[in-house]
Amino acid sequence: MALAEKYKELTDAAAAGGITDLQSREQDGVLYINGTAPSGAVKDQLWDIYGKIDPDFRAGDLILDVNVAVDANVTKVKVITESSNLNIRKGPGTDQPIVGKAAHHEIITLVNRSNEQWWLVRTADGEEGYSYARYLEPVAE
Amino acid sequence: MKVMKIFMALAISAAIGFTGCKPKDADIKTAIETKMKADPDMAKTTVDVKDGVATISGECKDEACKAKCEKEVASVKGVKSVVNNCTVAAAPVVFTPPVITADDPLTQAVTDATKDFAGVVASVKDGVITLTGEIKKDLLPKLMMSLNSLKPKKIENQLTIK
Repeated sequence: MALAEKYKELTDAAAAGGITDLQSREQDGVLYINGTAPSGAVKDQLWDIYGKIDPDFRAGDLILDVNVAVDANVTKVKVITESSNLNIRKGPGTDQPIVGKAAHHEIITLVNRSNEQWWLVRTADGEEGYSYARYLEPVAE
Repeated sequence: MKVMKIFMALAISAAIGFTGCKPKDADIKTAIETKMKADPDMAKTTVDVKDGVATISGECKDEACKAKCEKEVASVKGVKSVVNNCTVAAAPVVFTPPVITADDPLTQAVTDATKDFAGVVASVKDGVITLTGEIKKDLLPKLMMSLNSLKPKKIENQLTIK
């Protein structure tokens, strides 16, 4: 279990940071760490540690799959693109037609998160569809 | 003198009789240990008896087992009370094997995830994402975060980092 040793700082921080359903195991030369982080800050902290151990993410021996827990009551999300508008698509995938756009930093309605990567959203104008979750940040009510 | 002898004989027999119906600590211990050996739940426990007080220690698999162990020991003849120092074993952590996304949905998900990273080329084969092309260093963690959450088998990062 050399990998467990290599990434020990990471798994220790995950346990200390309150990651729920934390799983860490090695298979075919890759260490898989899964869990749910209580906040985005805890996830960022883990990625900082990963970046410290393997600065360019070149080793190919770790899959760090930690999601941030989203309160089920959250109904508003903020568009956190770099600067551009966010596409709203008919279905969950970039191959799907664009049915609307949300502006950078606009706050829109979150309809559901049944797909991890693609969240169903609705704009104030009533445009409804799927947007990429990486560009959406839950807003506290 | 005769009266004295009779009195002494009575006293001795009384003493013998008294200790005779009260089991000795060693006998109680043996009785408890026999019970412990017969019960797999109590296999990792040990007992000590002093003045009829049985002290049990060792490891039980859960709280119910610990309580049962105490009850069993208390029911042994001669046991006045039980001191239960048993510890409960920590629940074993069960790890499930990692979930690996199949190539078709993974390819689609990788296309979605890399769409906004100009210059990055990604391919998927047997669950392994291979990245070629180039990326700015400050964008790399963001890309890796996205790809790691897609449940690939492995990520081969051959990107030129600028």
